[in-house]
Amino acid sequence: MSGRPQEPGSHAPGGYDRSPSKYPSAGGLARRVKIHEADAKSLLVAQGLPVPPWEVARTPSQARAAAVRFLGDPANATGKVVIKAQVLVGGRGKAGGVKLAATADEAEDVAAQILALEIKGLPVRRVLVGPAAEIVKEYYLSVVLDRATRRLMFIGSAEGGVEIEQVAVDNPDAIVYQHTDPLLGMPDFAARDLAFSIGFGGHWKAGAAIAKGLLRTMLAYDADLVEINPLAVIREHGADGTPVERLVCLDAKITLDDSALTRHPQLEELRDLDAEDPTDIEARRYDLTFIKLDGDIGCMVNGAGLAMTTMDLVKRAGGEPANFLDIGGGAKADRVAAAMRLILEDPNVKAILVNIFGGITRGDEVARGLIEARAQQVRDVPMVVRIVGTNAAEAAELLEAAQFVTAASLDEAAAKAVAAAKGAAA
Amino acid sequence: MSILIGRDTRLVVQGITGREGEFHSRAMLEYGTPIVAGMTPGKGGQTALDGRVPVFDTVIEAVRQTGANTSCIFVPAGGAPDAVLEAADAGIATIFCITEGIPALDMVPVVEVVRRAGARLIGPNCPGATSPGRAKVGIIPGSIHREGRVGVVSRSGTLTYEAVQAMTDAGLGQSTCVGIGGDPVIGTQFLDVLQLFAADPETEALVLIGEIGGAAEEEAAAWAAEHMADVPKVAFIAGRTAPEGKRMGHAGAIISGGRGTAASKVTALEAAGFRVASSPTDLPALLREAGYRG
Repeated sequence: MSGRPQEPGSHAPGGYDRSPSKYPSAGGLARRVKIHEADAKSLLVAQGLPVPPWEVARTPSQARAAAVRFLGDPANATGKVVIKAQVLVGGRGKAGGVKLAATADEAEDVAAQILALEIKGLPVRRVLVGPAAEIVKEYYLSVVLDRATRRLMFIGSAEGGVEIEQVAVDNPDAIVYQHTDPLLGMPDFAARDLAFSIGFGGHWKAGAAIAKGLLRTMLAYDADLVEINPLAVIREHGADGTPVERLVCLDAKITLDDSALTRHPQLEELRDLDAEDPTDIEARRYDLTFIKLDGDIGCMVNGAGLAMTTMDLVKRAGGEPANFLDIGGGAKADRVAAAMRLILEDPNVKAILVNIFGGITRGDEVARGLIEARAQQVRDVPMVVRIVGTNAAEAAELLEAAQFVTAASLDEAAAKAVAAAKGAAA
Repeated sequence: MSILIGRDTRLVVQGITGREGEFHSRAMLEYGTPIVAGMTPGKGGQTALDGRVPVFDTVIEAVRQTGANTSCIFVPAGGAPDAVLEAADAGIATIFCITEGIPALDMVPVVEVVRRAGARLIGPNCPGATSPGRAKVGIIPGSIHREGRVGVVSRSGTLTYEAVQAMTDAGLGQSTCVGIGGDPVIGTQFLDVLQLFAADPETEALVLIGEIGGAAEEEAAAWAAEHMADVPKVAFIAGRTAPEGKRMGHAGAIISGGRGTAASKVTALEAAGFRVASSPTDLPALLREAGYRG
């Protein structure tokens, strides 16, 4: 037996390793909270970062009023405004959600068009209005939680404003990676080092300050991503009318760690409930993780890994799961009943598979919840229940008395549920 | 032998007087785990578990009085990072953090401090570990195990139980089962556990239970290909049919670079000599196919 750890990760002494991890990582089913560009920019400004001015408009006339102010701003070098849809999906530009306008009339028209859009299923309820920037050069800069090294990592490039992941594939040398120190964060020298590596030229001081500001933002709000694309050198008119260049955050994307939201109550308000599925909101109220899918077999499982496995086995048995649903650890009868309501809200569901491996969760509690839920059930859907682990014997007795269809193994449960769904469909 | 826990484990439970802490401490004690101390600030001098376990105000006091060398943490998320730091500071060698819901950024400096202290952290948000017949630390049901020589490592909770139950039902006992936890920032990764199993003379076969997301399975597979070539190895990856996970902006796409999918993991594991099951119940048969005779 050994209590001594191996050297974790591949980071160099001091922690300012510039190489990307060999197998870096992101993704999975971690819960993250996305916020709108305008809200992200507010957080950046609160941390002292340079962001060009903007206003948020909910109506075309509000957009017009904002446009009048920015068109009349002597610093505005292009004499135009940009109007951007505020939706929580990528690809706004391609969907017609980002447009320029040269006059107040045009701004009002364009805002009306954008506010009428639905982008990837999400209605546009707000637009951001700001001066259209005269862009001299575009960079990319982000800070992200790198799971492989368990450190925060900056990713930067002098080739910003484009599909940066494509740059990473086509020209990997154009991307700079730098981890922060897990205890010290980012000392000034490390920020300068990053700025020179990316190549901000004469703007290196601003670049270093912005890098430190992004890290500060990340830590202040428990973000797991702060991404600026583009970070741009823009040209504006100075007070005497001569051109002035500065490095600014033109766009901003921030995602927050759901686990930390309770200590940032002001951020909970930034969560756009319109952009979230109503069943998702209902699920969160009962501490359930629910993702709707297209199939017809509703699944209720404890644990994310086991829930995914249950879906995989339903598919292997020839069925299609209607959802991913993790009731979490230690679920009591009321949480089980709420989970059942969520599943049954989906009219496509033709059979339900319940798979519980009791550890913290007690099988008899789940069985009671199922019996209660079935008593209240508005629509008769066949259900296959498999409960093993803690208090499985008590659960089996309850289920038998209530005449539930049960299964001993997960494979058997999947097969029975698929058969039940096909029987119901026929 | 076994890894992480064994006959020389002397356990202190941080948060032993809480609801979860007490419930699972009882189960650990019933399994035969030597719980030498409990720790709850303000309850020093009392006893827990019907007078069987002395409670201390601080971990360092528990270590001084009882020689505790392993800790299990059931402290709520707000205090759990501090509990890990306290254990590391007190010289605890192996720290299991069961707590879920800890903000990820809280764990970044904690993992580093634990590393510098020369200690090992398992978790957070993990079910713990069991060395069947010797000790169990955490919340894995003791009844699913059987003594043997298969090492099991997983980043899931209940899915681990499913896989272990399948092994036990097929008569394949385990040397140690370790749940490393599913959070973004964890103290011990797949690769670390594989290195421990490779060095354990009583572990003769390996079961790896992974999930989509991240690239820790790929990393572990590459290491196993080189260092565990002769060990019979099987794996299961959950999420083959899961919808595309939520990406972390462009940064996520850059750093994942195509890894993280079930297909990527299965390919990497198969290339490294793992037999990859399409159901946890197929694991024992595949392990036999891989030449395990235990």
